[in-house]
Amino acid sequence: MIRRLTWFNATALTFGFTFLYLPIVLLIIYSFNESKLVTVWGGFSTKWYGELMRNEAMLDAAWVTLRVAVFSASIATALGTMAAIVLVRAGRFPSRTLFSGMVYAPLVMPEVITGLSLLLLFIAIGLDRGMLTIILAHTTFAMCYVAVVVSSRLVTFDQSLEEAAADLGASPLDTFFSVTLPIIAPAVVAGWLLAFTLSLDDLVIASFNTGPGATTLPIKIYSAVRLGVSPEINALSTILISIVTVGVITASLLQKRLVRRGYQVE
Amino acid sequence: MNEQSSTQKRNQQTVSGNSSTRFEKEGRTPIVEFRNVVKQFGEFTAVDDVSLKIWPGEFFALLGPSGCGKTTLLRMLAGFETPSSGEILLDGKNILPVPPNKRPVNMMFQSYALFPHLSVRDNIAFGLKRDGMTKENIEARTEEMLKLVRMENFAHRKPHQMSGGQRQRVALARALAKNPKLLLLDEPLGALDAKLREATQFELVNIQEKLGTTFIIVTHDQEEAMTVSTRIGVMNLGIVAQVDTPAGIYENPSSRFVADFIGDVNLLEGRIEGEAKGKHAEGNMLFAANGIETTFSARCPDQLEAGTTCWLAVRPEKIAISKEKDTKAVNQVSGVVDDIAYVGNLSTYHVRLANGRVIKAQEVNRRRVENREITWEDEVWLSFTEGAGLLLAE
Repeated sequence: MIRRLTWFNATALTFGFTFLYLPIVLLIIYSFNESKLVTVWGGFSTKWYGELMRNEAMLDAAWVTLRVAVFSASIATALGTMAAIVLVRAGRFPSRTLFSGMVYAPLVMPEVITGLSLLLLFIAIGLDRGMLTIILAHTTFAMCYVAVVVSSRLVTFDQSLEEAAADLGASPLDTFFSVTLPIIAPAVVAGWLLAFTLSLDDLVIASFNTGPGATTLPIKIYSAVRLGVSPEINALSTILISIVTVGVITASLLQKRLVRRGYQVE
Repeated sequence: MNEQSSTQKRNQQTVSGNSSTRFEKEGRTPIVEFRNVVKQFGEFTAVDDVSLKIWPGEFFALLGPSGCGKTTLLRMLAGFETPSSGEILLDGKNILPVPPNKRPVNMMFQSYALFPHLSVRDNIAFGLKRDGMTKENIEARTEEMLKLVRMENFAHRKPHQMSGGQRQRVALARALAKNPKLLLLDEPLGALDAKLREATQFELVNIQEKLGTTFIIVTHDQEEAMTVSTRIGVMNLGIVAQVDTPAGIYENPSSRFVADFIGDVNLLEGRIEGEAKGKHAEGNMLFAANGIETTFSARCPDQLEAGTTCWLAVRPEKIAISKEKDTKAVNQVSGVVDDIAYVGNLSTYHVRLANGRVIKAQEVNRRRVENREITWEDEVWLSFTEGAGLLLAE
């Protein structure tokens, strides 16, 4: 049965999406504004993108952000995948529910608390705040997301595949790299992309744990905006939105592909 | 047709030769020996004190209803489960400390467990690559296996691009590639439809005869077990109820469970009256069924004493049905036709005896069904020979 779009549904849809995306659309439009005044349209131009490319401070911040995102996403993926394997496979061990709850809890933990607690830890162990601390902090909260994505794949994984590998003479490590990992790879990549985008746009945790010379893009934008919104920031935000959008779409496409390719053994 | 007769011939040979007892006498080493193996999952005992010997070259079937412990027994052999107590010997050596990837045993999984990211060729070569063989040898062996299961033209395919039957053949090739001493098959034909299943059964038998590898198959399908195997171990509730050739299991079941599980059987409760007399009645006892006047002469391997409560087991196809009383028949009883199940080549008559019990008698339909003499509510006589019935204590 194909349901028509009634006037009620159409209105709800319009309002909902307007509410969600109008600010972003405005931002994107104004990033192509000729005028220096953010709220006055002065014709189409890409000059702010050019300006941005010449802004050393912004480019530095972007470079820091990119490195933080790549490193933290990679570490988070390794840790999150391991956590997922243990939680799905280890069977029943004492307080298993507690452990799985503890892995998922940071998903709903207020960022301020995560940021603050990490800051206290870094001070306590005498670690100087800088890029390393941001990477560690991002790894901490991103690995929970990776664990969720990978474990949802592992739940449907036919364990007899691993038994078959062992039966044919593969050691446990060999089995993991030649059978398990290739099969769950799309989920692992999706987890990495998710961790990457989360790190890319995080402000709160990063600002708690940042130090001199480690200003990430969101921190830079936030402090720049306090001095007044410039169209350059709009241009930068537009670029960031595109990267995040591509990341999220790729992640979800990868997970769909997993199902389509018949990886789920019937 | 040819294949079928060869299988039957083989079964008959093993009945007469009974190689397993011969091996036992010659003091040969069994390829597999379970010694008092127990497996518990928490409170539940899946395998309860099983001792079993399997000889080289056998096609051994573990048969039983689901949850009887047959798969657990197989998985312990492959190394995926560890017995709670007892020993498992492979070629006379205890294999319990050996991890699954070091056992000279290969398994064909119920779900086939083909690696979805690898082609047919790479699936078959997977085990060979882990044996440290040279590239040429791996290729040659893979080709050989592809040829054996007739999948040469599908070597580049991925598992999801193949039918169930093709996947099954690839799984078999992969399990056989390393030339294991022992091949374990866990419900290998469960996912195939009836026609394909039958063809594959004969193919399995042919491959097994060609290679001479010992096969152990787990199945809940008694027809499958009868067709492919040289010996069957019937399992129930974690214990091995009987081990014998297919014919032995069918003709001489040792318990009511085995008689009932393998094929169709009529069971009548009653007691032993005394020794039977007659030309062909050596070792037979007289049996009186509860609520029926007549007594029956039947084989009694358990040597039960007079007065013992026991059950008479007779297969439906061994009971003749007619409208007139046969004056020569030793075992004869009358009843009324309750129902007739017509399946084309055969008809099964459900006959109600004086004590209310229904006995099934099966007849081949030599005549067209319109010309059938016997119909519903007819008074009929059922008869069977002295060798047809079996008296079982439990």
